[in-house]
Amino acid sequence: MTYRRGMKWRLFVLFALFGAVLPACSAPAASDSSTETIVVGEGYEWEALNPLLGFGTEGASKLFDGLIRHDATLKVAPALAAEEPAVTADERSWTVKLRQGISFHDGSAFDADDVVATYRAVLDPVFASTIRSDYPMLTGVEKVDASTVRFDLAYPYASFTNRLNLGIMPAEALTTPAPLENSPLNSTPIGTGPYKFVEWRKGATMTLVANEDYFAGAPSIKKITIVFAEDDNTRAQQMRAGDLDATVLPPALARTFEGGEFAVVHHRSADYRTVTMPSGHPVTGDPAIRQAMNLAVNRQGMIDALLAGKGVPASTPVPAVLDSYVEPAAQFRYDPAEAGRILDAAGWVLGADRIRARNGQPARFTLMYPATDTVRKDLAQAVVSDAKAVGISVVLEGLGWEAIEPRMADDSLVLGGGSQLDPDQVTYPLLHSSFGGDGFNNPGFYRNAEVDAGLDAARRATDPAEQIAAVKSWQRAYAADPGYVFLVFLDHSYVMRQKWNGYTPVVDPHAHGVLTWGALWNLDDWTPKS
Amino acid sequence: MARRLGFVTPVLVVAVGIFLLGAASPFDPIYQYYGLDIFTATAEDIARVRAQLGLDDGVLVQLWRWLAGIFSGELGSSRAFRQPVADVITQRLPWTLLLVSVGLVIMIVIALVIGVLAAWRQGGLLDRSVTAMAHAMEGIPSFVLGLGAIALFALSLRWVAVAGLTSPGAPASFSEVTHYLIMPALVLGVSQTPWLILYLRASLLTALAEDHVAGARARGLPEWRVVLRHALPTALLPFVTLLGARVPELVTGAVLVEEIFSWPGVAEAVVTAALAVDFPMLAALGVLSTAAVLVGSLLADVAIVLADPRVATDG
Repeated sequence: MTYRRGMKWRLFVLFALFGAVLPACSAPAASDSSTETIVVGEGYEWEALNPLLGFGTEGASKLFDGLIRHDATLKVAPALAAEEPAVTADERSWTVKLRQGISFHDGSAFDADDVVATYRAVLDPVFASTIRSDYPMLTGVEKVDASTVRFDLAYPYASFTNRLNLGIMPAEALTTPAPLENSPLNSTPIGTGPYKFVEWRKGATMTLVANEDYFAGAPSIKKITIVFAEDDNTRAQQMRAGDLDATVLPPALARTFEGGEFAVVHHRSADYRTVTMPSGHPVTGDPAIRQAMNLAVNRQGMIDALLAGKGVPASTPVPAVLDSYVEPAAQFRYDPAEAGRILDAAGWVLGADRIRARNGQPARFTLMYPATDTVRKDLAQAVVSDAKAVGISVVLEGLGWEAIEPRMADDSLVLGGGSQLDPDQVTYPLLHSSFGGDGFNNPGFYRNAEVDAGLDAARRATDPAEQIAAVKSWQRAYAADPGYVFLVFLDHSYVMRQKWNGYTPVVDPHAHGVLTWGALWNLDDWTPKS
Repeated sequence: MARRLGFVTPVLVVAVGIFLLGAASPFDPIYQYYGLDIFTATAEDIARVRAQLGLDDGVLVQLWRWLAGIFSGELGSSRAFRQPVADVITQRLPWTLLLVSVGLVIMIVIALVIGVLAAWRQGGLLDRSVTAMAHAMEGIPSFVLGLGAIALFALSLRWVAVAGLTSPGAPASFSEVTHYLIMPALVLGVSQTPWLILYLRASLLTALAEDHVAGARARGLPEWRVVLRHALPTALLPFVTLLGARVPELVTGAVLVEEIFSWPGVAEAVVTAALAVDFPMLAALGVLSTAAVLVGSLLADVAIVLADPRVATDG
């Protein structure tokens, strides 16, 4: 019977081998407790790390510097510029002196050629840059000398300094005039920022290390690891398990971390959600319906019920955070009774089915929302029930953007956007009639001569007081003839471990996250807690 | 062998098929290219970029452009990854090969050990439970097995990590990768074993009843010798053919397993590319998986020829 023992012995060895492998996997994942490394969870993975393809174009990108940057109060401060940009009296020519002795992460020196090459690549259609539409005012950029550049504008544009935060790339990397879809810069960026790119495992992680030669001083946190996890609950779990030091979460989920070892912060934002009211549609184009819808929606109710109380009611696209520009007289209150009176007066008669109609046209329209966006879906459902209360029937459709786009001129849509930097950049294309039907800019063809005039006056104003007056005037004109139903400015929420000093609250734009505006916007200034 | 070398036809059919499917899908690649900027771009700029990227060209023009590139050794560029297709594949293929080959080894080892034991002790407790479990598991897709394994081993028992290649920020060292590889490889291997176990058991039972096995027993050879040296080689021949036939399952299994475990291989890229209607990437991946299937069955054929002198090579 020796053969039996032999066989068993072999089996024993085999299972012993398996047994040796399994415990090896039960060792917990090593988490670096050092304060020199931060591990952050990010919900949105960029397609490309190229400023010309929209990466960090609003600044605070860690990898890149613009000529200017914005501080915590959103004031402009020089970055790659040596001083504040100098502007001619007509505000059409801006001259920028450049900081000297700065080098890119690859060691090459920074000078005027790099600035010229970067901005020219934005303007030159051959590069197929996705941010070209943000620079309609820019006609050219010229090198004056090795450390001076001049920007020429088509018309006076007071907010142009805010466009000088575009990340600068080395001219040597932009010599081939071809679409950027294949550019090596997309996955191996070269900037001058406080952090250098190390590695990007797409769909998983990205690693950055401190730029020890950074002109504003080497950061104390020497390494940033970004973990990509699209699902909010996954990031919350990783945060609880100790795998992450900081992450972005929806307000309600973030609040579950309150108390204890975590810091939970909520940022005010310029990030609005609005319902478009297409002019061409017999219901949404009707002034009475538009007024009534604006009075019928319970904005604070939506914030309390859907956003865990985190958000600010919106009546116009001018965010509360740009408070000097906000016109108090242009805010809608929640008044369904008044909405009903307006509809009655305009001849929209309540029918037996609790839906109003006028001359055989029922007060019914379709509201589209991107199917994967739960916040927009929740808001859309709230709009449906508020509209129903005043006798307007809203039919919901959750779709992909490809399906939404061709229908935007006829059907309503939950749209989002917003910039905290100035009241022009996002607002002008959203409301000005010249952008009617132009991509996603003014999808409902909103047109009001007074609003147009106010927007133009604000854009060209050279005096701040004059600009504020113009912005307030168009808000009043808009409130008298609204073409959207603005709902809320969202708050963005973040959860962090309390291992560092230096967190500074800031106002977020629409796009937020780890490598742009958000809780970690000034990570290079953070220092370990002693 | 010449039959197998007619690779080119199915590969071309697959490539053309993927292009036509992509053309019929509702996804518009311009959204992928623009990202968030689509909402602030002007229609004029979008139209210009479309023209620049050749998105307005008909699918046949795009197909022709791609084929012309292939024949000049240029795989084109991936829109979803913003990188040349060749780079995406060279970065990801090694991880997939690692996962699939470890999965394959696990699959063969488990099938051989359990299949032999079950046939040897036919009708015993092990045999009955293995047969029942294998039949049940045939019906379980690999993604269900994967999610179940994550729920049990990663979330409840916390033995292994949930997903990824390494823990956040850690270098791709041997121990890190092993730690993260074990679950996806086991799921991939185990999900393919039921067929193999049942098949091996059946063919081993047949072999055990054959004359040369009876002869070996009659000569008084020890039982393990009879089973492993005389019956198993006969039973292994159809087993090797079956292995070749399982390669397509292994390829589709890899797509699901890589997606579930966020394994950064080529199979995961299939999903990303499909959602972005990334023609060049999809076509390259389609060709790659077709080639994997064909090479798999070719290797199985070669293995049979080497293992069994009765098979003529000119067939």
